[in-house]
Amino acid sequence: MSLTAHSAADLLRDLAARKVSSVELVNAYAERIRRLDGQIKAFLHVDFDAALARAKEIDGRRAAGKPVGKLGGLPVAIKDVLCTQGIKTTCASKILQNFVPPYDATVVRKLKEADAVILGKTNMDEFAMGGSTENSAYFKTTNPWDTSRVPGGSSGGAAACLAAGMAPLSIGTDTGGSIRQPAAFCGVTGIKPTYGRVSRYGLVAFASSLDQIGPLGRSAEDCALLLEAIAGHDPRDSTSADLPVPEYAKSVSQPLAGLKLGLVREYFGKGLDSEIEAAVREAVKVYQSLGATVKELSMPHSKYGIATYYIIAPSEASSNLARYDGVHYGYRTDEKAMLDELAAEQKKYEAENNTKKLADLDTPLIRLYRKTRAEGFGPEVKRRIMLGTYTLSAGYYDAYYLKALKVRRLIRQDYDRAFEEVDFLVGPTTPNPAFKLGEKTDDPLAMYLEDLYTVTLNLAGLGGISLPCGFTKSGLPIGLQLQCRPFDEERLLRAAAMYQRATDWHTKRPTIGGKE
Amino acid sequence: MPDQPYDLIVGLETHVQLLTQTKLFCGCSTKFGAAPNTQTCPVCIGLPGSLPVMNRKAFRLGLVAAIALNCEIPEFTKWDRKQYYYPDLPKGYQISQYDLPMSKSGWLEISDPKGRFATKKVGIIRAHLEEDAGKSLHDEAAGKADSRIDLNRTGTPLLEIVSAPDIRSTEETRAYLTELKLLLTYLNVSDCNMQEGSLRVDANVNIHIQTLQGKIATPIVEIKNLNSFRFIERALAYEAKRQYDVWQETGRKMGDPGTFKQTRGWDDAKGVTFSQREKEESSDYRYFPDPDLCPVITLAGDVREVRGSLAELPAAMRHRLEKSYGITPYDSDVIVAQGQPLVTYYEEVARIGGDGKKAANWVTQEVLRVLNEQAWSLEKFPLTAGALGELVKLVVAGEIEITRAKEVFNDMVAHKRSAAESMAALGIGKVDSSELEAICREIVAANPKIVADVKSGKQQAVGALVGQAKKKNPNANPNDVRRICLEIIERM
Repeated sequence: MSLTAHSAADLLRDLAARKVSSVELVNAYAERIRRLDGQIKAFLHVDFDAALARAKEIDGRRAAGKPVGKLGGLPVAIKDVLCTQGIKTTCASKILQNFVPPYDATVVRKLKEADAVILGKTNMDEFAMGGSTENSAYFKTTNPWDTSRVPGGSSGGAAACLAAGMAPLSIGTDTGGSIRQPAAFCGVTGIKPTYGRVSRYGLVAFASSLDQIGPLGRSAEDCALLLEAIAGHDPRDSTSADLPVPEYAKSVSQPLAGLKLGLVREYFGKGLDSEIEAAVREAVKVYQSLGATVKELSMPHSKYGIATYYIIAPSEASSNLARYDGVHYGYRTDEKAMLDELAAEQKKYEAENNTKKLADLDTPLIRLYRKTRAEGFGPEVKRRIMLGTYTLSAGYYDAYYLKALKVRRLIRQDYDRAFEEVDFLVGPTTPNPAFKLGEKTDDPLAMYLEDLYTVTLNLAGLGGISLPCGFTKSGLPIGLQLQCRPFDEERLLRAAAMYQRATDWHTKRPTIGGKE
Repeated sequence: MPDQPYDLIVGLETHVQLLTQTKLFCGCSTKFGAAPNTQTCPVCIGLPGSLPVMNRKAFRLGLVAAIALNCEIPEFTKWDRKQYYYPDLPKGYQISQYDLPMSKSGWLEISDPKGRFATKKVGIIRAHLEEDAGKSLHDEAAGKADSRIDLNRTGTPLLEIVSAPDIRSTEETRAYLTELKLLLTYLNVSDCNMQEGSLRVDANVNIHIQTLQGKIATPIVEIKNLNSFRFIERALAYEAKRQYDVWQETGRKMGDPGTFKQTRGWDDAKGVTFSQREKEESSDYRYFPDPDLCPVITLAGDVREVRGSLAELPAAMRHRLEKSYGITPYDSDVIVAQGQPLVTYYEEVARIGGDGKKAANWVTQEVLRVLNEQAWSLEKFPLTAGALGELVKLVVAGEIEITRAKEVFNDMVAHKRSAAESMAALGIGKVDSSELEAICREIVAANPKIVADVKSGKQQAVGALVGQAKKKNPNANPNDVRRICLEIIERM
């Protein structure tokens, strides 16, 4: 078995025991990336030299008997939506094609402090808007289980690089399911922490009240390692929670007794793939065999989740993305061409004696904004900016944004009531397995409906995990979602690890690249 | 303006920069005058991923000001994004407060010692916090029309204070702004330095015209960026007349179809306001709560604590000075308007000198004259309150007469001497009574004509002797000379 086949937890033990070095690990992953990423396209940017230098430094420290951080030389892939000092951070958008942040996101800083080795930046839907990674301005990432299919999104690169054995750990972000859905599609484990658990400082904002950074790994145990390294209060993020961080990695292997699971009636309705339903019901039986009791319950407002989400998220996005105007940084339209265009228009209207058009002609500044943004953003981003601009406009605000905030509160109340009765909600992560590349690109609404089971968790600000629970007949991974009370990640991880000790779905690997 | 056929109606929006060391949502310095773009960080220049964190000191200064302006402080307040595009607004929105400001419904009392208007309370609709934008510098040299952006100011905390349209004249406008500035500087909330942009004023103005059909209001005009009190007075006076002329010409009043709130600027060189926004244009700022910031909760106990910590405010101080020292409202106004250091100085002079009115005269006339002439602040003034108090005490005791006391004062200022030292240097001392008697006898004897005049009932003729006595001894007290000479003539 090659190095890249091991779990991160195992690798960390081997690193500590000096059975393997960080340099060897980086070389092994670099080799797989070189061999496979032409096909998977999970990475937007890699820097093996920098990774090797860092690995060497950590190995040296360990050899000298000096202290080494919690991640002790493990390579980590980072979604390209987190600022990395001196390393391009594009959000898979043309508008940030040359943006090199002068600072590290808090999570990146914490990873460095924990002695993780940054392998590279992973592909995603532009500004994390999408569920297939097809909205990247650069290239589409494929699903390692079937390269004609999408890896999910928006953290598609983050999930695909794990599934293909190109990284042992990966950082993603989840605004409406962007960690859990690609984890489900790629057969890996991914956790969306409670809002406020992980600092958002340095995470390029899509929808600030919904965005949360979280780990992806090959198991709950691996996720526990990574979450422990990145969680915690940050004085730079007013919305981060000032709560102690449990020792997730230590407790993850302890089983939970007397587990009470809630089966949400609304999650098993129309639109759910029958193979997924069967796999999820089978997973519930596994839990029952481990002593869990199961209770069926209702989340009456969950059906408004998609509508509510697609008002709140675009509203915030329209504001968050206003700063990309070509003035201070990032892409700017060709100024000379822009000025020539304006001059030509002016000449034309003058010749026509069209005073109305002349009076309405853009100033150069307005035209600079218009052209920069028209050229710099992709269609899905523009769609959401327009949606959000509309829902925040005078005369529409009350009917859309304000109403959505009220529904959001009702959705949270559904959760609060449910968690009075049960510890976790269990259900499918997605209604369907990974779809074909291009299958839904012309139908944004169908794409939005894929978020059915994931968005309510973000609206409620709670935590959840997706873990592999089987495969379709055609060999595509199926994800099981567990949702938890606020800041209950410690028990969530233990519940997931219990299942993973009883099953081996999470150990399955795609055949791509041959046996690891 | 009693002769005008209309009433001026003014409401003011005042922005003041708060006296914090750092910006509203990051740790950058707010110091004025640094090289462009040297006081910036990822947060205030709105780099992707950066997040704001509220400056608690700024919020407290806002509370202090709002409480001193008699505002209600709601328990819950929040931050909103005001969205518009401009190159000196790097995030594409300004963090401000929209529907739930940190304070509302207060008032500020204004009065005029010269009695041009009756003392009144100007309503404060609201006072809220927001971040400042950067500065755009338009360099049009060599026809390049380049614009440069300085983001040092971006994120500086501002308090926007919105008055009710309760102001009725340019005098009241000045009084309101003067009192507001004084209050905020006393509280150390802002330095209110207009040259550095720490205090900026927009005025909403229209006129109410009395017609046979009743009262008519003209459409409201907002005059932007009035950066000195003089500009404001001139702009308001101009604008009132302009609106009256436009009304006479067109008859258009507020609420007529096609009327709208116009934005105008003030051109001080030409002495006119000019239209800045021609078309009707409803600017939709798409306000919504900023999801990056938590709402702020202010409990009644917090308000009590801040109220308890407030120093004496200017209005209370004026009343106290008038009551304790028996000075006129005019004098108390002059003293308090100079700021806390002069009030302390005055009180010390009054205490040592033993006469509040005389102390007020010395401080408001002599001390302020020197400060003005020398362009000194009080710290630079060479006379301590104790030294001046000693001089006042001598005057009060009749040890020195007033014109000589002023000579002593000037000498004390020039040579940083005590009253006693200056008097010695100037040879000033009380003349011995037998010496004075001798001088008087001498001059009476030498002036038979004056003696005759006095004898014939023209008592004022003795005044001519005073000058002669002073020539013989400059310390001779005129009153004493007059009295002794009259006694001698009487006995003759």
